[in-house]
Amino acid sequence: MTALARGIGSRLGQAIGLLLAVVVVVFFLIQIAPGDAALYLAGDQGVGDAEFLAQVRAEYGLDQPLLVQLGTYVGNVAQLNLGESIYFNEPVLGLIVERLFATVLLAGTSLVFAVGVGVAIGVYTARRPESPMSSAATVASLVGFSTPVFYSAIMAIVLFAAKWRLLPVGGIEDVRYNGNWVGETIDLLQHLVLPALSLGIIYLAIYSRLARASMLEVLESDYIRTARAKGAQERVVVYKHALRNAIIPVITAAGLQVGNLLSGALLVEVVFGWPGIGRLAVDSIFRRDTPTLLGIMIFSSAMVIVANLLTDLVYRLIDPRIRVGGSR
Amino acid sequence: MTDYGVAIEQVEAGGRGAVRMFLRNKAATVGLVVFSLIVLITIFGPGLYGTSANKMVARPFLGPGSELAPLLGTDYLGRDILAGIIGGGRATLLVAAVAAAMTMTIGILVGSLAGYFGGWIDALLMRFTEIFQVMPGLLFSMVVIFLLGPGTRNETLAIGLTLWPLAARLARAEFLKLRELEYVKAARAIGCSDLRIMFRTILPNAMPPLLVSATLTVVIAILFHSGLAFLGMVDVNTISWGSMLGKNRGYALTAWWMVFFPGIAIVITGLSISLVGDGLQDAFNPKLRGR
Repeated sequence: MTALARGIGSRLGQAIGLLLAVVVVVFFLIQIAPGDAALYLAGDQGVGDAEFLAQVRAEYGLDQPLLVQLGTYVGNVAQLNLGESIYFNEPVLGLIVERLFATVLLAGTSLVFAVGVGVAIGVYTARRPESPMSSAATVASLVGFSTPVFYSAIMAIVLFAAKWRLLPVGGIEDVRYNGNWVGETIDLLQHLVLPALSLGIIYLAIYSRLARASMLEVLESDYIRTARAKGAQERVVVYKHALRNAIIPVITAAGLQVGNLLSGALLVEVVFGWPGIGRLAVDSIFRRDTPTLLGIMIFSSAMVIVANLLTDLVYRLIDPRIRVGGSR
Repeated sequence: MTDYGVAIEQVEAGGRGAVRMFLRNKAATVGLVVFSLIVLITIFGPGLYGTSANKMVARPFLGPGSELAPLLGTDYLGRDILAGIIGGGRATLLVAAVAAAMTMTIGILVGSLAGYFGGWIDALLMRFTEIFQVMPGLLFSMVVIFLLGPGTRNETLAIGLTLWPLAARLARAEFLKLRELEYVKAARAIGCSDLRIMFRTILPNAMPPLLVSATLTVVIAILFHSGLAFLGMVDVNTISWGSMLGKNRGYALTAWWMVFFPGIAIVITGLSISLVGDGLQDAFNPKLRGR
């Protein structure tokens, strides 16, 4: 247990260092950008307004040496201060937190769907490698890999919302259920189905293939032969002995792909008018709301880092070798 | 095919054997043919087809098959969708190809240095790589374009700066593995310089997996470019498959063909390249076939 605690502690330290590095990169991106940083930070308001520009300069310490500026910037982020939105005149962090639930709900549902169904398909096809279902899964995974997520989202709307009128076209809620929490929940789920499916199906394609490959490999290993030789039931061999090892690469991939998942969620949010942080990022670009955009950049990097930490934790719980050895 | 034949193939796979194995793979060959056709269409198509992607040719909102409509219908301004697809492929493929080349170059440079020298250089470079891996890719390239300004050059730069970490990790793993081999030690023993060993001795032998990764990178770059164009982050005057999807999206509920066909173009292109990448992987490493 101490090894586990020590392992987690060291990963936690690395994670904080990583986030610090992201903040530094974002800071230098602002510096590299052509033109006056104050103009970027001030947005449209600052273009003709020298007084406002000077105020922004003083507020962000832009009249200070570069290293002092960097220190101030990092210090602000460390105190959870991501700056103030030019468009809303509100703290960026608050704007993000307001929209966090929608994004996490969308991305989380897609991820659970993709990993769950993907592993099921992977196990099924790995046990019947020559079946038509198996080749269908391989083709589907290649198609899924090549399909833009916003395309699957638009076509889902065209088919399920416009043609067959089964599900809502977009948004996250319908006003008619106001106040009735059962109705509201069902309504939310109805709005969630299409966005989550169109995002999840892309990853489903990837994970089912990965699960199949790793299951095929594990099923060939010696300890599975031993388990079968000692007379363990096929069901126990597959779902208890094999799956436990075969699922590790899928979890690795899922953990590493959280950044991509957030990128995909951004596009899906735009298509469905889903009020999450991805859509806020896109809107901020067209509003030239730099603090909000950069705040989302830092915040979502932090989300990825946390997701990686969680993956690491799940690893240690599933795979005793990592727990004891301490080497990742 | 007998088992004996498979064994021989495995021995041969690597040089000419790999080419033969690739061509024996039907799906990969189809992918290669389709992709070559797509490249030819983007080069010669606009001239041969004759209709400009920007020109109004018929009434707006004409579906495919309706009277006076071009083959794939018209968009909300009466422009020919097929002409858009033929013309838009050029921007899409050009940006994707250049961005992928940039990705591989940065990735191989960083990865080879880290893998070859190891130690603190490796630790430092891999920490650096990690920074770029935790920033959500699309968001990062949006920020780069936002700060540097739109335009094809910055867009390509943004995609390249986003995608390189995977290639770097792969190159590092290959260099770590290969640097321990006899022929590399031999090269060191006869006094070859580090640079020579890295790029003349190790790199050619690390090429097979990097080549597979390069094909996947092109697919991802196409998706990235399309995503950015879809969001309207790129030069608005350049027609690409992604920008067609982005601009026609608002009419998709009533005029499905405006988004269906440009999207299919992206999927078919990506799929053909993926099939080639898959075939390359099988040809280089027959043991993994079917995985």
